[in-house]
Amino acid sequence: MTLLSVAAVGIFVSIALLLIRLFVGPSLYDRVLAVNSVGTKIVVLLALVGFMMGRPDFLDIALLYALINFVTTIAILKFFRYRSFQISLIKPEVEPKGEAE
Amino acid sequence: MSDVANTAAQVAGPDLSVILIDISVLTMMAITAIAIARLRSLFALVMLSGVYSLLSATWFVIADAVDVAFTEAAVGAGISSALILGAMLLTVRVAKEDKPLKRIAPMLVVVITGAILFYATIDLPGFGDPNSPANSYLAQEFLQRNYGDIGIPNVVTSVLASYRGFDTFGEVGVVFIAGVAVALLLGFGERSLSASLKKKKGGEK
Repeated sequence: MTLLSVAAVGIFVSIALLLIRLFVGPSLYDRVLAVNSVGTKIVVLLALVGFMMGRPDFLDIALLYALINFVTTIAILKFFRYRSFQISLIKPEVEPKGEAE
Repeated sequence: MSDVANTAAQVAGPDLSVILIDISVLTMMAITAIAIARLRSLFALVMLSGVYSLLSATWFVIADAVDVAFTEAAVGAGISSALILGAMLLTVRVAKEDKPLKRIAPMLVVVITGAILFYATIDLPGFGDPNSPANSYLAQEFLQRNYGDIGIPNVVTSVLASYRGFDTFGEVGVVFIAGVAVALLLGFGERSLSASLKKKKGGEK
């Protein structure tokens, strides 16, 4: 229990540091990275809280948050690379039939 | 805000460490909210609102409202930050600096609303109190008969999908219409949709 509490305190300190980076972060990428890391810390925090409250099934929720976090980061970065969500990340194969019109 | 933690202590549910985590999460949410109000760079605001949603989702999970937390994480941190980014592309990147005098009226409104809400929490039953009205009459009834009525083991699912089926159906419709409206406003996927339709037509021919 003490181990979990100490770990939670550490997580909170790191979230606070990331929040500072988010507030002052000069460049866009600092902020994207900070948001992504806050998401990761929150996943760990949820797992810790789950074990603290004696409900390890919070792990599933934490996993889902990890997935959402990843997708969001990819979406933001893609948006800033292409200025649009419509361009697919995989190069589409050229279809001569579709272009015939 | 710490009211939840206080009442939780009265009911002797979660222990001290969980209350401390509650307080720290809420403190961080407050700091993020203040930063959102202070910062002028719109991109930073989008990122901060994503973090705010994640923190509040965490708090919902700790307060045992897992379904609300899911919605908050998916909608607040996921799709809404993407949508706001899309909207940001249509406008300037930095918000205008407003006059200090103009801030007084919104501040007053916020403070008064907050005070009223704090006053309202005095009457609320303790967090997770088994004798509270919400937990004692109808909830017990539903907990007992839900499986016999519907046969879904999860009570929340049975209430949402069966007892309130029409309500949920209407909600889905509203959310769908809102999504379509946003997509139309932002010109989302317009080009790619027409392009894919053209391609399909060409393929069929």
